[in-house]
Amino acid sequence: MTQLLSFIKKEFYHISRDPRTMLILFGIPIAQLLIFGTVIKSEINDIHIAIYDQSKDETTQQITNKLLSSGYFILDENLKSLDEIDAIFKRGKVREVIVFENDFGKKLIIEGTAEMQLIVDASDPNTARLATSYTKGIVNDYIQKLYPNVKMPMQIKPEVRMYYNEEMKSAYMFVPGTMALILMLISTMMTSIAITREKELGTMEILLVSPLKPVHIIVGKVIPYFLLSIVNAFVIIIIGKVVFGVPITGSFILLMLETILFILMALCLGILISTAAKNQMVAMFISMIGLLLPTIMISGFMFPIENMPEVLQWFSHIMPARWYITIIRGIMLKGIGITFIWKETLILLGMTLFFIALSVKKFKIRLE
Amino acid sequence: MEKIITVKNLVKKFGSFTANDNLTFDVFKGEIFGFLGANGAGKTTTIRILCGLSSPTSGELKVAGFDIYKETEKIKQNIGYMSQKFSLYEDLTVSENIQLYAGIYGISVKKRKEKEAELLKKLDLENAKNKLIGGLPLGWKQKLAFSIAIFHEPKIVFLDEPTGGVDPVTRRKFWDLIYEAANNGITVFVTTHYMDEAEYCDRVSIMDAGKIEALDTPAKLKEIYNAKNIDEVFLKIAR
Repeated sequence: MTQLLSFIKKEFYHISRDPRTMLILFGIPIAQLLIFGTVIKSEINDIHIAIYDQSKDETTQQITNKLLSSGYFILDENLKSLDEIDAIFKRGKVREVIVFENDFGKKLIIEGTAEMQLIVDASDPNTARLATSYTKGIVNDYIQKLYPNVKMPMQIKPEVRMYYNEEMKSAYMFVPGTMALILMLISTMMTSIAITREKELGTMEILLVSPLKPVHIIVGKVIPYFLLSIVNAFVIIIIGKVVFGVPITGSFILLMLETILFILMALCLGILISTAAKNQMVAMFISMIGLLLPTIMISGFMFPIENMPEVLQWFSHIMPARWYITIIRGIMLKGIGITFIWKETLILLGMTLFFIALSVKKFKIRLE
Repeated sequence: MEKIITVKNLVKKFGSFTANDNLTFDVFKGEIFGFLGANGAGKTTTIRILCGLSSPTSGELKVAGFDIYKETEKIKQNIGYMSQKFSLYEDLTVSENIQLYAGIYGISVKKRKEKEAELLKKLDLENAKNKLIGGLPLGWKQKLAFSIAIFHEPKIVFLDEPTGGVDPVTRRKFWDLIYEAANNGITVFVTTHYMDEAEYCDRVSIMDAGKIEALDTPAKLKEIYNAKNIDEVFLKIAR
């Protein structure tokens, strides 16, 4: 036990004395959260719009004024025909085109229903979605104020059309994704580097000659990063909640347990990489290119898995982060319990056991 | 004399390459045993096998009286090892390095403190106690690495080219430490390719292409090969 403790103490010295390690451990998580948090906005300002008003009556004028005075929209152009829409989107500045049908106001009063069309540039799906829902909100608000007593017999039907990305299933929530990414980064990359560093410096030989058992070395390496990863997970959840208002609707304990499982999986993966990698560069390369990029690209963190080519969808099944993101999105956002995510949990557990078995086997071979 | 290492018919193959070709030799308790050879002669392979870092392809080996296949844990308690790279943690202080190794070898805190103070005084490192290893001169690191390798008072210490890259004066001082350890009853097994160092050993073996070509006291070897010094002996054998 004292053996292990003095080893762990040494690990903490290494971590605390290396500015790069400290930066990766504490700088990157916070920077990433803040970057993702501010780039992926949940509100819009000054969206440039164009209007094609075929009716040009009082009602359309009022709706237009209301939209423009809301502060969310800036009118760039009044269009004269539908043909102009494509050109105006291609210029890139205008994000949304609002089309009022002929005799909009008349139809609304006489028939109780009128149609307006919202056409958005969904090459940036997030902004597009926000713009349409803001527009719809403002229009509905206008009608309710105009005819407060009527329980919506008169309707304006905003018909939404997403240009360039019809699916729009990406409700991407960056906090769960960032958590997966950060934990992957710290647990996998840092452990694999920490072990390969000893090999590179020749200190590993000294450790192997000593009475320390290989399992002590592995556990001693893993524990500091395990603790730091839990702290990090905690910090991310808190920042997500306090700064960005991401809720934790489900059980916090379940969330932490699943997180611990994911951390364990990542640590085992890190050990596995270290047994394969000869030096820190290789370990870094495998973790970065082999793990972090796929985690960002195909785990469902950035881009919805449903929109991927089928091959990549299949490939995403072997990404541990995919299952973890599903689990924590479920817990944090939908508030679901273990009964809904036992399958994903089992998959993570299976992966963990697989990596442990493989790395124990490989670590023995390496000792030869 | 009591044998502390016995090696019988040691063979180590890496694929089709034979690094150790049927080695047989004994090391006696308390002696300084020089293990000489050119680079690639197979010295490091042998020392790694004796330390348990690598397993032999075949052969019968005993270190400190324990079987190398079955009693590895007991061997580990009884040996010290210093590699070519000195292997101290550069980002730890002198004192922290000592604490770490003392901890790994299960030395009590009280004993460690006593020995540490004694050691720092002997090496004249009292002022550098809290300095990071990274900032120390090479000669100091080397002496410290050796002292740490024998901190747990092993029966045998294995030194794999311990004096690489340091000047002759520092090397001479380093050998003073080796003598001191030998006087305290620690058997020293040292590989080197500096032939002048061979003269300091009680017995030397000279390896060439995976085989031991000669093994005796330096004086005897010079006599047999009719040479002025070990350097000449070595050149005659290697040729």
